[in-house]
Amino acid sequence: MEQNHVAHTDHFDPVASKIGMWLFIFTEILLFGGLFIVYSVYRYNHQVEFHLAAEELDVTIGLINTIILLISSMTVAMSITALQLGNKKLTLILLAATILLALVFLVNKYFEWGAKIHHDIYPGSEFLLSLSKGDMLFFGLYFFMTGLHALHIIAGLALLGVVFVKVKNGTVNQNRYSLLENGGLYWHLVDLIWIFLFPLFYLIH
Amino acid sequence: MTGNTSTHRLPSYLEYQGKYTGILGWILSTDHKRIALLYLYSQLFFFLAGLVMGIFMKLELIAPGQQIMGPQAYNALFTVHGLTMIFLFIIPGLAASFGNFMIPIMIGAKDVAFPKLNLFSWYLFIAGAVIILIGIFSGDGPPDTGWTFYAPYSLKTNTNVVLSVFGAFVLGFSSILTGLNFIVTIHRMRAPGMGFFRMPLFIWSLYGTAWIQLLATPVVGITFLMVVADRMLDIGFFDPAKGGDPVLYQHLFWIYSHPAVYIMILPAMGAITEIIVTFSRRTVFGYKAIAMSSLAIAFVGYLVWGHHMFTSGMSETARLVFSFLTFLVAIPSAIKVFNWTATMYKGSISLEPPFWWAMAFIFIFMIGGLTGLILGSVSTDVHVHDTVFVVAHFHYIVFGGAGIAFFAALHYWYPKMFGKMYSKKIANWGLIGLFVGFNTTYMPMFFLGFMGMPRRYYDYLPQFADLNLLSTVGSWIMAASLIVVIVNLLRARKGTPEEMDDPWGGRTLEWKIESPPSLENFEEIPVIDSEPYELKSK
Repeated sequence: MEQNHVAHTDHFDPVASKIGMWLFIFTEILLFGGLFIVYSVYRYNHQVEFHLAAEELDVTIGLINTIILLISSMTVAMSITALQLGNKKLTLILLAATILLALVFLVNKYFEWGAKIHHDIYPGSEFLLSLSKGDMLFFGLYFFMTGLHALHIIAGLALLGVVFVKVKNGTVNQNRYSLLENGGLYWHLVDLIWIFLFPLFYLIH
Repeated sequence: MTGNTSTHRLPSYLEYQGKYTGILGWILSTDHKRIALLYLYSQLFFFLAGLVMGIFMKLELIAPGQQIMGPQAYNALFTVHGLTMIFLFIIPGLAASFGNFMIPIMIGAKDVAFPKLNLFSWYLFIAGAVIILIGIFSGDGPPDTGWTFYAPYSLKTNTNVVLSVFGAFVLGFSSILTGLNFIVTIHRMRAPGMGFFRMPLFIWSLYGTAWIQLLATPVVGITFLMVVADRMLDIGFFDPAKGGDPVLYQHLFWIYSHPAVYIMILPAMGAITEIIVTFSRRTVFGYKAIAMSSLAIAFVGYLVWGHHMFTSGMSETARLVFSFLTFLVAIPSAIKVFNWTATMYKGSISLEPPFWWAMAFIFIFMIGGLTGLILGSVSTDVHVHDTVFVVAHFHYIVFGGAGIAFFAALHYWYPKMFGKMYSKKIANWGLIGLFVGFNTTYMPMFFLGFMGMPRRYYDYLPQFADLNLLSTVGSWIMAASLIVVIVNLLRARKGTPEEMDDPWGGRTLEWKIESPPSLENFEEIPVIDSEPYELKSK
């Protein structure tokens, strides 16, 4: 009657682990969804201030980071195909490239935040408290949302690092690559959230 | 049904020795049954802690004026009572303990889909509890905001809010992972032949619950993180002085916390369904209606959060829409109650303790549900808003509903979990005491609320004295009966094991295996060839 049930002697069910990952991604989207609601409400309440504050952000560095993440999503997707085709060496190279790109993203973020903090723009700074309410909220949201996103980058890095080791020692291989696939899915999520953060903070004027 | 006719018995999950022995064999075990018991014992511990706090609050309210504590202590006590009872007892509730134990068995599987994740969820649960505990005993004292952490007070108070809020965030994470695990388990692990419409109704209710856990919890998670950021980084998401909007906090909080009420009550309704079917000695009336009503409650439950905010400053339209949607929830809830009574009709009812507990549930739940209509209607809500009427309604639903169902489930599945039987006589007397004590405690609060007694004060006007005294006396009866009930169960734990694979004549899969079950539940995965509740006896 139901053919899709796996035999219980085989404890590993790749479909189950994929459903699990998708559900988890769903919860992550809802987590950020709360923040997107807060962003829209406050943008609506303080339209002029949000407009002016957004002009303070560095579009170039934001654009570079967007490109970096898009390329890293591509490399991680390619690494999955490479492993499916049985090319372990290429998989490892592509995974390493993804990890490297993620690190570059974080370095850029460090300089971007550093410049803001250098100009006394950070939550709770005296300068920020002297600005309008809209400015405070904009930069509060900016630091909180990009900060939470950066935490997700770090979590993704750790996950991809684990996957890298497991591909290397063969636990993740051509026949059993769920972990790599799930790591890739998670990485796409991190990328996707940035695709929304970038226009909301840097582009909309 | 095939298999399980063998005469030899495998070691049960209680005796089984794996890689680790002693306590490590429990806290490192990925067996869903052992994890279920870890949850059960921790939840009962927190329940008793919350009970003690409740008793002290009632003692303070025995007469007007200050009795045993001042206003600040009382504020802290009702906050911590709420945190403990809600986040540590009833939100994990029947799902984490009985759900963990019964889902794999009732769908004919050997474990949940992700056993390690399951154990990790329990560790997160304990971590959240420890963080809250540290928050209570460190810094500038326990939080005094109420369990709702309403901004802007939660941003201004000097008490230790950050740790409690963060603890609640961690608990939410645990709840999400449990829900995720259950959804995947129900989708992927059902025994051959067990289609979705052959699953026991307890599983359906847990399925609905798991979706709520998954979809609602992240929203409150991020809200709690924003409160932490407001306090630690001075951002001002919800601080009007910095442009934030406290009403937005209430929206985000209730978007989760109203559905959370259904996280508490849905598994309870599922367990009650199982009990009524078993002891009515009939198949269930309206199987599909009950299954679908669980999903309907889960769905409509998302859209009613605004009824917590009728007086917070929402537009007239929003209030009317939320009120209307709130009344809609009454439909699937009533479907369940009518189907339970219809199941009993012309049944050959067997009056065992779990059945009496289920009857107590229905009676109390109906009072809770009907008083909910008073709160769901905008005009009457404005009158009783923020009075002890709300407290009474909430306790009728959550304690009298979900809490009593928790004990009903415990009495029902106890022989299966431990292979032993408690004293039925004492269980019945305990229930009678609890029923009387419960109603004596909370019924007067409906009247007090109508007379205008506000909630969350350590003191009150003299005209409320008589009913408050009655309520406090009720709380003693209730606590004493609960002790009787729990001691009865603990004593039975020490008793000699008996042959009781199926003491109640149940017709779901868990009654076809040994009590207590073996490590892998089934020697051979059963093949289901009959409709639910019609499984042939072995």
